[in-house]
Amino acid sequence: MPKTIWVLIENENGKAARSSLEVLGKAAQLGRAEAIVLGSVAGEIAPTLGEYGAEKVYVHADAAYDTFLTLPAVDTISELLKQHQPDLLLLATTYDLRDIAARLNVRNNMGLITDATDLSFEGDELRVTVPWGGENLVTATHPQQGTGIVLTRPKAFGLERYEGRNAEVETLNITLNADSQKIKILDRVEVPSEGPALEDASVIVSGGRGLGKAENFHFVEELAAALGGAAGATRAIVDAGWLPYSYQIGQTGKTVKPTLYIACGISGAIQHLAGMKGSKYIVAINKDEHAPIFSAADFGVIGDALAVLPQLTQEVKRRKAH
Amino acid sequence: MKIYVCVKQIPDPNTVVSKLDPNTKRLVRSGVSLVLDPGDETTISAAIKLRDTVGNSEVVAVSMGPVSAQEAMRRALAMGVDRAILVTDPALAGSDALGTARVLAATLKKENADLIFCSTESTDGYTGMVPGGLAEFLGLPQLTFAREINVEGSKAVIKRVTQTGYQTVECPLPAVVTIASGSFEAIYPTMKGIMGAKKKPFTQLTLADLGIDASQVGEAGARERVLALGKVEARAAGQVIKDDGNSAQAIADFLQRYQLL
Repeated sequence: MPKTIWVLIENENGKAARSSLEVLGKAAQLGRAEAIVLGSVAGEIAPTLGEYGAEKVYVHADAAYDTFLTLPAVDTISELLKQHQPDLLLLATTYDLRDIAARLNVRNNMGLITDATDLSFEGDELRVTVPWGGENLVTATHPQQGTGIVLTRPKAFGLERYEGRNAEVETLNITLNADSQKIKILDRVEVPSEGPALEDASVIVSGGRGLGKAENFHFVEELAAALGGAAGATRAIVDAGWLPYSYQIGQTGKTVKPTLYIACGISGAIQHLAGMKGSKYIVAINKDEHAPIFSAADFGVIGDALAVLPQLTQEVKRRKAH
Repeated sequence: MKIYVCVKQIPDPNTVVSKLDPNTKRLVRSGVSLVLDPGDETTISAAIKLRDTVGNSEVVAVSMGPVSAQEAMRRALAMGVDRAILVTDPALAGSDALGTARVLAATLKKENADLIFCSTESTDGYTGMVPGGLAEFLGLPQLTFAREINVEGSKAVIKRVTQTGYQTVECPLPAVVTIASGSFEAIYPTMKGIMGAKKKPFTQLTLADLGIDASQVGEAGARERVLALGKVEARAAGQVIKDDGNSAQAIADFLQRYQLL
């Protein structure tokens, strides 16, 4: 019996969000993928999902989901879980889905594994791969009966195409509870990005507290510019107010997967590693030989980033000019 | 207003290479330097700032942890928190997010909070699943990833961080709020604060005090299990050198070797 995996599809500008489609593709590889779409454009999104792996789509095209966060979706999904009891709820890690997952977990006593980079079923047993720190891989599972939740790390999976697949669409007949319409979005503001497009950069140079003070961050920016890359920051220096949140790399910041990541004055807190561990090559410069970042780096220098960075920028420029 | 802040003591992220014990398959928490989660210091600062803006209010730190977490609570008190509650019990070891949320909710149920602040995630476990779980147990709405928070009458209003900017979001009080990193300036404890901390009310509770059965929390109650620990494939070089003034050349050599330059 194939496993049934549910995926909640988010809407981005009227279309299915890419992160949701990537998870849907993985679900289709694992078994029978079924999608849930909630919101005023759900009806338009539903027919597009077969091609990305869905065999069935549950639709509730109600504008309330667009205005009121979290609770209406938790109500509807909880109802569906009771009725159908899928084997797994597989969700991308986004702001809204994290909020929904956390409440579903408690309401339906489920079990929740976060930051997964891979998963599979061995017979009836779910095996989820979660990287931990620089060098560990944890294999985790939900040991009990009932639907569990897995949240996947951004960019863990690519898109899968299932040309010609048509999903069966079921329109839900649900009356939303007015009491759940409590968390209200009053407006949405797009802020033109103050920082670099970190998610797409193939080279990232990142700075942390080891730089000493905000005024020293320019060393990071200069090396990034010399390498044709983007500059990023750790949560520590964003918390300290040196840079805006848009520079933050880490689990609640951005997850990046560049070809080259140079970590300068960064100790390597686990939640930072979670955001950049997928980089192909990692170089680290830190004064402290015990800094956890060295266990994740391909090449490490125990030294003062403030001394090494300008020298490296110069050396990079010199070699590129030849 | 009664403002609560959920905090956690964790292995120092700046000095400790987080290790997993191959026998218990849990995070190693003993024999390592433990600190109040630096992210929680930002969140505490946000709560204190709101207390002082609203006036006639108190901030209470709440935590679930081993006995050593008393130190983290003292730091919170030294920062300006008015009182602290620590739930500690050997049966809590190995609790997952659901178990932790259950314990915090049971503690807070007795307190009549107007607002409950949490960090978006802890710096060590970073599941980010406790605040929403806590809100669900308490039947409260949640405002998350707040970079700004104001109280307007009986509502809380935040600027909520999104991928492309922010949303203005409101909900009725009482509510749970999670604070996004970098949003608030951290308060540093003064000598006066550190001395004053000793006189502030500090309560320690056990599972029995909360009426929670041990089977629902700790490793016994966890709904996830670690099957195995492995190592990632060794990375390409994994070489570490000391800077002797020539490390820039060495790094550039590495970059050229892998065609990154």
